[in-house]
Amino acid sequence: MDLDFSPEDLAFQAEARQFLAEAYPAALRDKQARDEPMGKDDILSWHRILAKKGWIAPSWPVEYGGTGWTPTQKYIWSEEQARADTLAIPPFGVSMLAPVLYTFGSEEQRKRFLPAIYNGEVWWCQGYSEPGAGSDLASLKTRAERITADDGKEYYVVNGQKTWTTLAQYADWGFFLVRTDPAAKPQAGISFLLIDMKSPGVTVRPIITLEGGHEVNDVFLDNVKVPVENRIYEENKGWTCAKALLQHERSGIAGVARSKRNLERLRDMARTERSDAGGPLIDDAFFRRKLAELEIDLTALEFTELRTLAGESSGQGPGPESSILKIKGTEIQQRLTELTLEAAGHYGAPHLLGLPHNLAAIGPEDARGAAGDYFNTRKTSIYGGSNEIQRNIIAKMVLGL
Amino acid sequence: MNFSFTEEQTLLRDSLASYLADHYSFEQRRAAIKSTAGWRPQVWKAFAEDLGILGAAFPEDLGGLGGGATETMVIMEELGKALVVEPYLATVVIAGGFLKRSGHPAASELIGRIVAGEATFAFAYAEPQGRYALHDLATTARKDGAGYVLNGQKAVVVGAPWASHLIVTARTGGARRDLGGVSVFLLPKDAPGVTLREYPTVDGARAADVGFENVALPASALIGPEGEALPMVEAVVDEATAALCAEACGVLRRLHESTVEYAKQRKQFGQPISQFQVLQHRMVDMFIAFEQSVSMSYMAHIRLGGADDERARAVSAAKVQIGRACRFVGQNAIQLHGGMGMTDEMAIGHYFKRATLIEAQFGNTDHHLARYEALSFGKAA
Repeated sequence: MDLDFSPEDLAFQAEARQFLAEAYPAALRDKQARDEPMGKDDILSWHRILAKKGWIAPSWPVEYGGTGWTPTQKYIWSEEQARADTLAIPPFGVSMLAPVLYTFGSEEQRKRFLPAIYNGEVWWCQGYSEPGAGSDLASLKTRAERITADDGKEYYVVNGQKTWTTLAQYADWGFFLVRTDPAAKPQAGISFLLIDMKSPGVTVRPIITLEGGHEVNDVFLDNVKVPVENRIYEENKGWTCAKALLQHERSGIAGVARSKRNLERLRDMARTERSDAGGPLIDDAFFRRKLAELEIDLTALEFTELRTLAGESSGQGPGPESSILKIKGTEIQQRLTELTLEAAGHYGAPHLLGLPHNLAAIGPEDARGAAGDYFNTRKTSIYGGSNEIQRNIIAKMVLGL
Repeated sequence: MNFSFTEEQTLLRDSLASYLADHYSFEQRRAAIKSTAGWRPQVWKAFAEDLGILGAAFPEDLGGLGGGATETMVIMEELGKALVVEPYLATVVIAGGFLKRSGHPAASELIGRIVAGEATFAFAYAEPQGRYALHDLATTARKDGAGYVLNGQKAVVVGAPWASHLIVTARTGGARRDLGGVSVFLLPKDAPGVTLREYPTVDGARAADVGFENVALPASALIGPEGEALPMVEAVVDEATAALCAEACGVLRRLHESTVEYAKQRKQFGQPISQFQVLQHRMVDMFIAFEQSVSMSYMAHIRLGGADDERARAVSAAKVQIGRACRFVGQNAIQLHGGMGMTDEMAIGHYFKRATLIEAQFGNTDHHLARYEALSFGKAA
């Protein structure tokens, strides 16, 4: 057991660091500094630079564009991205759909969709949750009926409503769970469909979240015609794809490297913010205790993730243990925003969303957006299977209870 | 021993609750906080004229109805339940609290204007460098002939955009963090040299960072003893903190009740999610946190009239309980509402946001825990 980086690892680290320093667009850096929201083109511009470098999808099989990196290299890469504070690439295409495609898709489907995901030509969204199917995802009701159309081809006609669809306002395509056999048991009657969001009958309606942002949407499907060849894997076997995807979603959700970076930021903030005693906040006994506890919890999570990564490299896919990463990762993300808001003191109160971004901050720069982040981050213990559901998974699948 | 309310107090609660039910629905509030003004002067007028709540806690000889801390508590709980943004706390509890104590010749006239709904106040005490320490003041009021000249910056002055007057803490002597040298001034907001940078706050209110540049004040602007006003400031802020605790109880009640209601209606896995034991226990813990908060709010209000140390300890203890409850109940209310809890459309998120700001207002949990420790066990070695 060791954590040492080999000379090759160190060389890779230097290469990654240099690449990020040179290739990351200054325009994005400026926008981040002003805390401006990122648009579709911003995110895709960075995606395409990474694709050109060949580093957009390290975890994919090499034949489809994966890098073949060791777990150590993947770890270094995520650390370096967090260190450089580059934009996170949305997971929908690269991290969620692609593994389903190369695991369950036909050769033709892989050829058709994987390159466009890789090159950032198509923005994907995830149509899973419904108003009546959240934690109980398998109870989803969106109906897909198979018909033979006048053109002699087979289609599914899809009707229903999806919700909490993240960044659907940017999406060109979506992957959807739909019910193809209403008579079967809930999990047995579901299929996995790829739907062109420009199809007639698809409507996206924004949902504004409590901090005032627009990330999520309702997606309405009204007699949407979907060619049968857009179904991944067998009819009524979509739940198999969904489960595999959810486990990938959960293991990526820990966000260790980003949390480490945010913790460092919080430390810096606590050095400049004042305590009631007049000194730096980081000298305040209560605050430093909470900071220390958080750092220890993050270390525990980091090593749990490293053990998982090492397991994956020896051939085990992410298992139900990834629920540990989801629970602890999101709790830590939430505590980081809690402490940042605490550190902001009175300046946690101003609501700046909607005010022009070029205005000077009200109060210290690092307090800007602290409350909004705190409110927004409450979602993390709800999405991707709520943390209560994750505990059920561990109880059932790991402990056999 | 008696924890029941008088008939008058119950009537006060009922009439205010019924007014707010009719005029302060979630939708009515939403429209008001999005309007240019951000509040409704007609609601304020109704508070003064129809409901009499602006005078409820003032003595009769000052034009009030002769109530006290209990009336304030009853009113603040109801204001909390409806997420009222109008500046009751700053005007009645804080400005009224200073004026009552000040012995100022114009005090009864000004209180009369508060009771009539003609004067609204904001309390400019916090400074960018000072965190929650009331005596950490870089703002100065330099003696100039018979009057003063005010210079400095105040942070996040809640309700300042709506106020006709400001109450400002400033140094008439001593160094930035001295306990001595603190004075309190009352001035019209439109006094020359007062500048406001206004903004909304995350809980739907409005605030401003307020600057004072060579603001000339007459001698009569001084409220209370020159240079020795810190004990008065602490007493008034303790009263305000107790009132805030009562508001929090109203907010917590709604957070808890709405969550129980939602859990009974929301079905997953073929049953209401309220049937899951893990969620039942969570809701029980939320309920306990709420009940303990009500107890501590009562305790703090009962002890407001005690000696300075007793009062301060009681208020800080209550604020610790309530700060923790605001976080626990607020976070879990969102969690148990699932995605719906994250939407701007549902009221629950707005209660959570108010609870979050209450947690930090007049000192967060750490601040009051440290204050309680110092009062109970002395300063740590």
